[in-house]
Amino acid sequence: MDSITPLTIGEHRLARFPEGLTLDCGKHLAPIDVAYCTYGQLSHQRDNAILICHAFTGDQYVAETHPLTGKPGWWERMVGVGKPIDTDKFFVICSNVLGGCMGSTGPMSIHEDGTKREPWGTDFPPITIRDMVRAQCKLVRYLGIDKLFAVIGGSMGGMQVLEWTVTYPKMMLAAIPIATAPFHSAQNIAFNEVGRQAIIADPDWRSGRYWHEGVVPARGLAVARMMAHITYLSEKALMRKFGRRVREGGSSGNKFTGNFIGHIPLFGDIFEVESYLHYQGSSFVRRFDANSYLTITRAMDWFDLASDYDGELTVAFSGTSVLFCVISFSSDWLFPTSAARILVRALNQATANVSFVEIETDKGHDAFLLDEPDLDRTIRGFLRGVAEHVGLY
Amino acid sequence: MRLDQTLIAEMIKPGTRVLDIGSGDGALIDHLFHYRGCDARGIEINMKLVTLSVAHGLPVVHGDADHDLAYYSDHAFDYVVLQRTLQAVERPREVLRQMLRIGRYAIVSFPNFGHWQLRLKLLLNGRMPTTAVWCKPWYETPNIHPCTIRDFFALCHQDGYTIEKWMAVNEEGESAPWRRSVCLANLFGEQALFLLRR
Repeated sequence: MDSITPLTIGEHRLARFPEGLTLDCGKHLAPIDVAYCTYGQLSHQRDNAILICHAFTGDQYVAETHPLTGKPGWWERMVGVGKPIDTDKFFVICSNVLGGCMGSTGPMSIHEDGTKREPWGTDFPPITIRDMVRAQCKLVRYLGIDKLFAVIGGSMGGMQVLEWTVTYPKMMLAAIPIATAPFHSAQNIAFNEVGRQAIIADPDWRSGRYWHEGVVPARGLAVARMMAHITYLSEKALMRKFGRRVREGGSSGNKFTGNFIGHIPLFGDIFEVESYLHYQGSSFVRRFDANSYLTITRAMDWFDLASDYDGELTVAFSGTSVLFCVISFSSDWLFPTSAARILVRALNQATANVSFVEIETDKGHDAFLLDEPDLDRTIRGFLRGVAEHVGLY
Repeated sequence: MRLDQTLIAEMIKPGTRVLDIGSGDGALIDHLFHYRGCDARGIEINMKLVTLSVAHGLPVVHGDADHDLAYYSDHAFDYVVLQRTLQAVERPREVLRQMLRIGRYAIVSFPNFGHWQLRLKLLLNGRMPTTAVWCKPWYETPNIHPCTIRDFFALCHQDGYTIEKWMAVNEEGESAPWRRSVCLANLFGEQALFLLRR
C-alpha cells in the first residue's frame, strides 16, 4: 500500500477576520479565515454580486483550474463569460465553507492554545450551516457589498442558500436552492454516519490526531467517499455508465484504482463500477481532510430550517421579499423532489414569490453539476427575470 | 395571448396580486406583469411549460389545482384565475372554494357543455358529442366534470358566491352577445367566463 501524502492547506486568496465569530454552539472562534475566489467585475452600484455556495466536498474553485487536482472548476459549465451565470454581467463570489480544508478556518487550521501550536483536529468546535453562512456574510460585507443579487447553491450549498434566506433576507434579492431540502432527513443522517464510522474505524485515524503522526486515514475516508458517491447517482445512471461490465484481472495496473484501496484478490475480475468507485475514493483522499469530513457532515445533520420556528417552516419565511427558484431532479433520491415540494409548499403558504422546477433526468443527485440544458435555461431565465423584476438592465 | 385571456386581463385591476392556476406557457402572467403592473404568479401541471415559463423569468411553480391550492394562505391574492380547466379537475367545487379562500375574486373560464351543437348531436346520434371545443372521445378526454353555464350559475348560488360579471365567449375568445339571457348564452356560448366574489 502506498502512503498518501498528508494534505497541505496551500496558498489561497484569504480574508482574515481577527474579531472572529461566535458559533451556534456558543464558542467563540477567532480569528477566522475565509478563503474565496471571485469572477467578473463588481458594478459601480455594487448590485450585481452573486454568491455561490459549494456542496459538501466542493470548494471555492468554481470556474478555474483547481490548484491541487489540476482539474477544471467544479461549475465551469455554469459560471463564466456567456454561461448561464454570466461573469460579463455578474460579479461571482464563492468561498470555502467554515470547517472546510481549502483555506478557510477548519480542523486543519493551526490553533494556538497557550504554548501549544498545532492543528485543531477533533478539537475544532462543532459548526452549523448557519455558522458557515455567517462567515460568508462577513466576506460579502468585507467585499463592500450590502445586497447580493442572488445566492445560488446545490446540495449542502442549497442548505446554505436557504439559511441565507432566513438569516439575512434583507441582504439578497434572489435565491436558487438546487437539489436540496429544508432539513436533513433520517436517511441523509444515516448515510453520513456510515461515512463517519468508516473514517474513525481506520487505524490511521488515530483518534483524530493522524496529522500528528504524518499519516492519513485514507482507507476510511475512501470508503466513506465511495459510499457517498453511490448516493449521488441513480440506479439508472450507474447501469448506463457501467452496466455489468467487468475489467479483467482485477485492479492491478489499472489507472482507475487507488493503490491503497485493496482489491479483493479472491474475486479475480473486478466490475467496472467497483473500479470507478475505487478511483473516486482514492482521488478524494488526496484533496480532502478526514476531520473536515466529520465536521461538515455533522453540520449538515443538524440542519433543520424550521427548528428555530417551532417546527413551522412557513414561519421561517413569513414576509420574505426574496425571490425563490427551487430546482429538483426527478432521479435524485438523496434530496428527492418530495423534499423540494415541502419547501415550495411552505413558501407558497408564506406567499413568497417562488418558481419551482423539477428537471427530468436519470443522473441522480449529481445532475446539478452535469450537462442538463433545462437547468441552464432555468437558471439563466430566472436570473434575467429577477433583473427585470427589480429594474436592473 | 388568446382573446379570452385579454378579456380576463381586462377584469383585473392594475397593480394587484394574481395567481393563475394552469398558467400554461405563462402568457397571461407575463402580460399582467408587464402591462398591468401586477404581481402575477402561476401554477402549472405540465413540467415542460413550467420550465419554459421559468426560463422566461416568470414565477411559476409545478403543481395542480386539486393538490396544491390547500397550501396557500387565506386572502393571499386579489385574484385567482382558472382558465379552461374547471371541467378537468378532480373536485371542481372544492377547487372553487379554495380559489375564493385564497383570493378576493375568482376568475373562471370553462367550455359550455350546454352549447346547441352538443345537445343536438347527442339527441340525433345518441353518442357522446364531439365538437371543436370538446374534441376528444369519451375514453380519452381529460374533461371529467363538464358543466353548462346554467349548472355553474346553480353552483355559485348554492355555495353563496356573488357573480360580479359573466359572459359567454366563442371559441376564438371573443365575447359573445348573449349577456341578457342565461338561456341563450347557455345555448350559443362555446365558452363561459365568470368573475366571482366571496
